[in-house]
Amino acid sequence: MILRDLAHSRAGDKGNTSSLSLIAYDPADYVALRTLITPDRVKAHFAALGVTEVTRHDLPGLSAMNFVMKNALAGGVTRSLALDAHGKSLSSVFLAMELDPAEVAAARAAA
Amino acid sequence: MTDTTRTLRIGGGAGFSGDRIDPAEALARDGRLDYLVFECLGERTVALAQKARRLDPDKGYDPWLERRMQAVLPHCARNGTRIVSNMGAANPRAAARATHAIARDLGLKGMKIAAVTGDDILARVQDLNPEVEELGHPLDRLGNRVVSANAYTGAGAIVTALGQGADVVLCGRAADPAMFLGPLIHEFGWSMQDWPKLGRGTIAGHLLECSCQVTGGYFADPGVKDVPDLANIGYPIGEIDSEGNLTLSKLPGTGGRLDRRTCTEQLLYELHDPARYLQPDVIADFSAVTLTETAPDEVRVEGGTGRERTGLLKASVGYVDSFIGEGQISYSGPGAQARGRLALEVLESRLARLGLPVQEVRAELIGIDSAYPSRQGDAPEVRVRLAARCEDAETAQMIAAEVDGLYLAGPAGGGGVTATVREMIGIGSVYVPEALVTPEIEMMEN
Repeated sequence: MILRDLAHSRAGDKGNTSSLSLIAYDPADYVALRTLITPDRVKAHFAALGVTEVTRHDLPGLSAMNFVMKNALAGGVTRSLALDAHGKSLSSVFLAMELDPAEVAAARAAA
Repeated sequence: MTDTTRTLRIGGGAGFSGDRIDPAEALARDGRLDYLVFECLGERTVALAQKARRLDPDKGYDPWLERRMQAVLPHCARNGTRIVSNMGAANPRAAARATHAIARDLGLKGMKIAAVTGDDILARVQDLNPEVEELGHPLDRLGNRVVSANAYTGAGAIVTALGQGADVVLCGRAADPAMFLGPLIHEFGWSMQDWPKLGRGTIAGHLLECSCQVTGGYFADPGVKDVPDLANIGYPIGEIDSEGNLTLSKLPGTGGRLDRRTCTEQLLYELHDPARYLQPDVIADFSAVTLTETAPDEVRVEGGTGRERTGLLKASVGYVDSFIGEGQISYSGPGAQARGRLALEVLESRLARLGLPVQEVRAELIGIDSAYPSRQGDAPEVRVRLAARCEDAETAQMIAAEVDGLYLAGPAGGGGVTATVREMIGIGSVYVPEALVTPEIEMMEN
């Protein structure tokens, strides 16, 4: 199971900071997603980019979260040597996160 | 007593300079719009436009302005739809002159076209010498490499221009939501200190400013999130009441999709703290926004608010940063990845052997690890990519040439080389007191 099975996402950029929304398909999964997708887990998932800090903002009314990742964009769109300098494709990298069906079931049961 | 039943219809006609034009023309023709807004500036666009203006004092505005205006002006004139845009970029006066000429050529009489300037603070900001956020040092350390400094300006000057009867308002670096807020303040007579209304108007602007990114653009993921008829996607119409509440829709018969999911993605797009969206006029608070599907392809947006603005304006400083040399070459068929890796090894040795003075190098295989450095999987074809940051254009050319050299001296079966050199204009952010910006309005009438 991957995160894409439970939620969708869009990436945005400001300077060297990437922001990633995470929106539950089923509002009933929102609390479980909050338990599972912690800032530390997101930081570890994007470790290869050298992300230094991840902040999560919760929007329960929209069944959504917003993750703000500092130093995620190799200097930012105006400097980066990356092909995708905006980091637009990071939303798809995010949704590739592997989830153990057992942890998802446990998080849903606890919600 | 304000008329609480009155609403204003604003179309989101562009979300960047290269946006499609025909959906905006359809909005102008059939949208029964009061206003049509074109947001056409990215973080770096003004700096590039300043360079263009230096080469030609009549340029430096959006390269698609003429084509956009020719498409929408006749409809807007007929329907009484006013236009607000930042297509003025580095030269709003020249943009207004060009628009004036188009209106004349189209035989449109009595149009008033306003140029809003004052966002260019290059001369003033150097005395202030603020810290550049991304670089962590004061502005003066960039010396004569600075090419532009433009403040993100608020709705005030737009309100004034509309009050003077402008049919078209062309700004420079106006903040994106401010172009929507301006018409709302003008039409509903909102106070510039009515923070909750300014907050809601900003949220409306935020949802509309990226055009079809709210109506199903940038959303489709086949089998998971399907969007009908992307080739004919309808651009958004916002119907906003005097309290700032918003109903989003699009023209009947157009493609795309407008629902809670598309709106949520766009609401959070490029946001950091949803409770503190810093804008020149207000700090907008998105945290209690609700989205309700009120009809097919219709969403009601409520619950936003705002707080007093910071009094500081963000400004983007453009500076000559470096030259990027880049080359690419493709390998296909069995062993494609191994040959691609070999090509990268060859390039690495060559750079070391030549001792080229590069500041930063990026070497990767498109199809394997260019979007994300995971180095997993295999692919039936790969594209080698080498990019390097150099202080001068000549070194950058030599980087690109090294990839070209792989045609004969690299692994078997390489093809489709591209080699490019581009000057990199860096952008840094500084924060300045709002008093540093003095907006000016110039009106042209035909």
